[in-house]
Amino acid sequence: MHIMEGYLPVAHAAGWWVASLPFMGVGVHSLKRIVREHPSARALLGTSSAFVFVLSALKLPSVTGSCSHPTGTGFGAILFGPSVMAVLGSIVLLFQALLLAHGGLTTLGANAFSMAIVGPWVAYGLFCGLRQCGASFSVTVFVAATLGDLATYVCTSAQLAWAFPDTTSGFIGALVKFLTIFAVTQIPIAVAEGLITVILMNALKSYNPEELRGLNVLRPGGLDK
Amino acid sequence: MKTVLMILAIVCLVSLPLVLTRPRAGVDAFGGTDDKAKMAVESLHPDYKPWVHPLWNPPSGEIATLLFSLQAALGAGIIGYYLGYLKGRGKKE
Repeated sequence: MHIMEGYLPVAHAAGWWVASLPFMGVGVHSLKRIVREHPSARALLGTSSAFVFVLSALKLPSVTGSCSHPTGTGFGAILFGPSVMAVLGSIVLLFQALLLAHGGLTTLGANAFSMAIVGPWVAYGLFCGLRQCGASFSVTVFVAATLGDLATYVCTSAQLAWAFPDTTSGFIGALVKFLTIFAVTQIPIAVAEGLITVILMNALKSYNPEELRGLNVLRPGGLDK
Repeated sequence: MKTVLMILAIVCLVSLPLVLTRPRAGVDAFGGTDDKAKMAVESLHPDYKPWVHPLWNPPSGEIATLLFSLQAALGAGIIGYYLGYLKGRGKKE
């Protein structure tokens, strides 16, 4: 999902920066609030960043014969809400832009918007919605993490299609083209991310349930199966 | 048990494409989607010229692999440390 350095026209690159900055600002604010209200959650915040770090470094093969990487942002979004991920995800993207020539500084706004904002918001929204519907904890986490991952890649495809519409079929034609590259490749990888997020979340649930209750991820009284 | 099954499913999801997918001739087998998107941009708008270039590029594929491994290792180390800490704390109580 990394749009390469220079591969967005100036207006688009700047526009996505403007769109992402407020989310990052709110993210810093909510990061401060979490550290103040739940000082013991600092280790878990570190673990959430570490999860994004690991998963976004792994380029996995997929059925389309291309490789792509999971995002790892659903895990932290479920634990701390989506705002925090705008900061944590952008830090990972910055590292990759500077040291790996993967993504770029001009495209960081757009890449942060897809990976650190859209993905986490979709994951968090689904987590809250499904939990409201009474789905089991594992299923809720799985669906949220999987579709959050996929949403990031759909967003990247739309961003590129908007900047580079097909000369004959326009935005839709280009969108189909970018979706076949990104979203189709991503399906099995997103499912794998969903599963690994469930494994890690279940480990937290058995070793540290009181922290999850404190963050309102688990409901009080052992209601979550 | 459930965890073992999930781990097995992850291994299958990641390894089966390697076995089942026949790369087409002339196509870069298992290349990155980021590069494919770059090529798609170039085919949609052949006259588009990237207006900035990365400040620094890893000098070789080996160095890029080193940095990616470092990124994964650091992350995995932190997660392992935290889970180990929780498990040890649980035993003590």
